[in-house]
Amino acid sequence: MGAETPSNAASNAPGKGPNLDHPVFALVKGHFASKRFSATEFRGQSTLIVQPGDAHAVLGFLKNDPRCGFNFLADVVGVDYLGYPSKTIGRFAVVYVLRCFEREDLFFVKTFLDPSLPTDGIVEDPALYLDSVTDLWPGAEWMEREVYDMLGIRFRNHPDPRRILTWEAYPAHPLRKDYPVRGREEREQFRLVDRTDA
Amino acid sequence: MGLEAALPVDGFVTTQLRRIINWGRRNSLWPMPFATACCGIELMATACSRYDLARFGSEAVRFSPRQADLMIVAGRVSVKMMPVLQRIYLQMSEPKWVISMGACASTGGVFDTYAVVQGVDQFIPVDVYVPGCPPRPEQLIEGVMAIQRIIDSTGIPPRMSGGKRVGLGLALSGRGHEVRPQPVTLGI
Repeated sequence: MGAETPSNAASNAPGKGPNLDHPVFALVKGHFASKRFSATEFRGQSTLIVQPGDAHAVLGFLKNDPRCGFNFLADVVGVDYLGYPSKTIGRFAVVYVLRCFEREDLFFVKTFLDPSLPTDGIVEDPALYLDSVTDLWPGAEWMEREVYDMLGIRFRNHPDPRRILTWEAYPAHPLRKDYPVRGREEREQFRLVDRTDA
Repeated sequence: MGLEAALPVDGFVTTQLRRIINWGRRNSLWPMPFATACCGIELMATACSRYDLARFGSEAVRFSPRQADLMIVAGRVSVKMMPVLQRIYLQMSEPKWVISMGACASTGGVFDTYAVVQGVDQFIPVDVYVPGCPPRPEQLIEGVMAIQRIIDSTGIPPRMSGGKRVGLGLALSGRGHEVRPQPVTLGI
């Protein structure tokens, strides 16, 4: 994303680690002194990795602190890292894409979740839970519904926790990597209307 | 449909009246566009001035199923959309015909995924399949003409009770084009 500037290209040169000089990192670390964080950066885009339980508090700080001022939640994305070539912190990730219009700043907050139950059904998994951020950004409502629908990650205190893209009786979360792309014959299960109807 | 039911079977009046009724029906097909994808754009082009579906009497496109007698399913249909498609089909009054326009409506096309119906003919009756991705307007006009030929050959009284017809399930095959059974295995 975005044009690659010479300074950004230098920050990812071979042998050099990510360039963690985004000022928000220091602000978060100073405010949450007792909590554990990780951070990374790629081509000028900084990502803060938080524990699932801390996500709501950190996001609230990023929105409400005037030095951060991320007043726009651009996206909430779910990721399934099953079969990912390199090691990841957890199986699922939820990424919050934040924007600050005053500074024209873009920032990512990421949290990893590991399922505690088999992932082939729609059983409610207590490990796949996050606090909803609809109280901070009301626009998160449909994005969190999409994450729930596609990956089965549920959100506490969500005002309308229904599926959004697939139909109500759908027996799976289709963006999980262990779900076959052609489905499990859900697309064949439908009543037939023929000439004798109506 | 009510008209045929009132008439005696195979009398002189019936056979001559059948010609007149069919002539009226074939030249005033009112399409109901169920356009969900890019085939809908070709469907619009077909109805516009350059290709001019009005030459075949089908220019009165109606978005209410109650006022239409030809449903053109143009584009992929997701499983979530299927109840809508079936309800619209059931709301159309007899006599009614269905064209499955393009690869997606007929077979699912390249969208071989969990959410896309692999051919609307699995769940509703289809009279004519128009191949193409998307079909050119000429092909769709050929499909409408195929419906007209079906109407020409429809008898009075209809084949089933209550004025309902049996689905014919014809596939268009243009010059040099063969419709192969689906799905086709890759022969590389």
